[in-house]
Amino acid sequence: MNRRAIVVLTGVSALALFSGATVFHQNEQAKRARAIAASRTEALVRDHSPIIGPASASVTIVEFFDPSCEACRAFYPPLKQILALFPNEARLVIRYAAFHEGSDQAVKILEAARLQGKFEPVLAALLEFQPEWADHDKPDLEKAWARAKDAGLDIERGKRDAARPEFQTTLEKDAVDVKALEVTRTPTFFVNGQPLTEFGPRPLYEMVKREVEKAPK
Amino acid sequence: MTGSDSAASGHDRWLYLFIAWVVAVAASLGALFIGEVVGQAPCSLCWHQRAFMFPLAILLAVASFRGDTGAWLYALPLAAIGMAIAGFHSLLYAGFIPEGIQPCSQGPSCASADMTILGVLPLPYLSLAAFLAIAVALIGSRPKAAL
Repeated sequence: MNRRAIVVLTGVSALALFSGATVFHQNEQAKRARAIAASRTEALVRDHSPIIGPASASVTIVEFFDPSCEACRAFYPPLKQILALFPNEARLVIRYAAFHEGSDQAVKILEAARLQGKFEPVLAALLEFQPEWADHDKPDLEKAWARAKDAGLDIERGKRDAARPEFQTTLEKDAVDVKALEVTRTPTFFVNGQPLTEFGPRPLYEMVKREVEKAPK
Repeated sequence: MTGSDSAASGHDRWLYLFIAWVVAVAASLGALFIGEVVGQAPCSLCWHQRAFMFPLAILLAVASFRGDTGAWLYALPLAAIGMAIAGFHSLLYAGFIPEGIQPCSQGPSCASADMTILGVLPLPYLSLAAFLAIAVALIGSRPKAAL
């Protein structure tokens, strides 16, 4: 065999080995994620969590969510689309994974909004204007409150509510479940108790659709 | 020197060049696997070693393909600087050089215990071994005229 053929074959084999190892690793990770979720189903949905969608829905999407996370912001429009495609079949449970500085304060704005029945509009506003308040080093929560006010929140009351100990408890309980389920990135999704192993709006849609079709009519 | 002698040693020289390339490819893909697939973020010293290992994988591929043993002259400085960084990193990892205190936001520590693959092999030592092997192989690949 001549040298050039050896070089080309070696290069191709190295890339093939790399791809094989990548696929193998991803499969192992997916298996592990499924095993963790299956062994700790009780950590997925808690009574205190906000829910978007009908209580009778057969498919429950759980999102581990951080209001300061850019990927959560980018995921929000497709997520709304998925929920709109299955208005009676799917619901979204939001769990807080306050990984960034100021995220916990933003979560308290959301919880205050929930008390006033303004959860969804305030969530949409915080995400839409996330670039102006959620700098990871220097978050500006006053701007977040201002955007929440524009979305219809009574912020005088909201700021008083934000000091409620139960909001802190919610954050702490969710943080415990984040640890138990080994959630390290946001958003992390679970559909009917199974982890979304391939990240992206399209895989999430496919998974929700599969679960909707599986459910007894 | 007879003609057949120089042909044989010419083959050996190419083999050394080829070995240097294979080591560079293995190290580069290994680093990419740990960083991109396993998701272990590279520390700043790791980044600097990558900056010298990745070009070696490309440069030596072209040299091996063309049978250009003169490439050692271009590749050896890359390997030498990479080796120096990996050597410094290894000393840091082994604890011979103290690491300055860094704020938490600056990424993973270069001396932390999880700088390993498969839980046992320390990455700084592997990197040092790879740069060293490449440098030795490159010196072996030098054409006689350059000695």
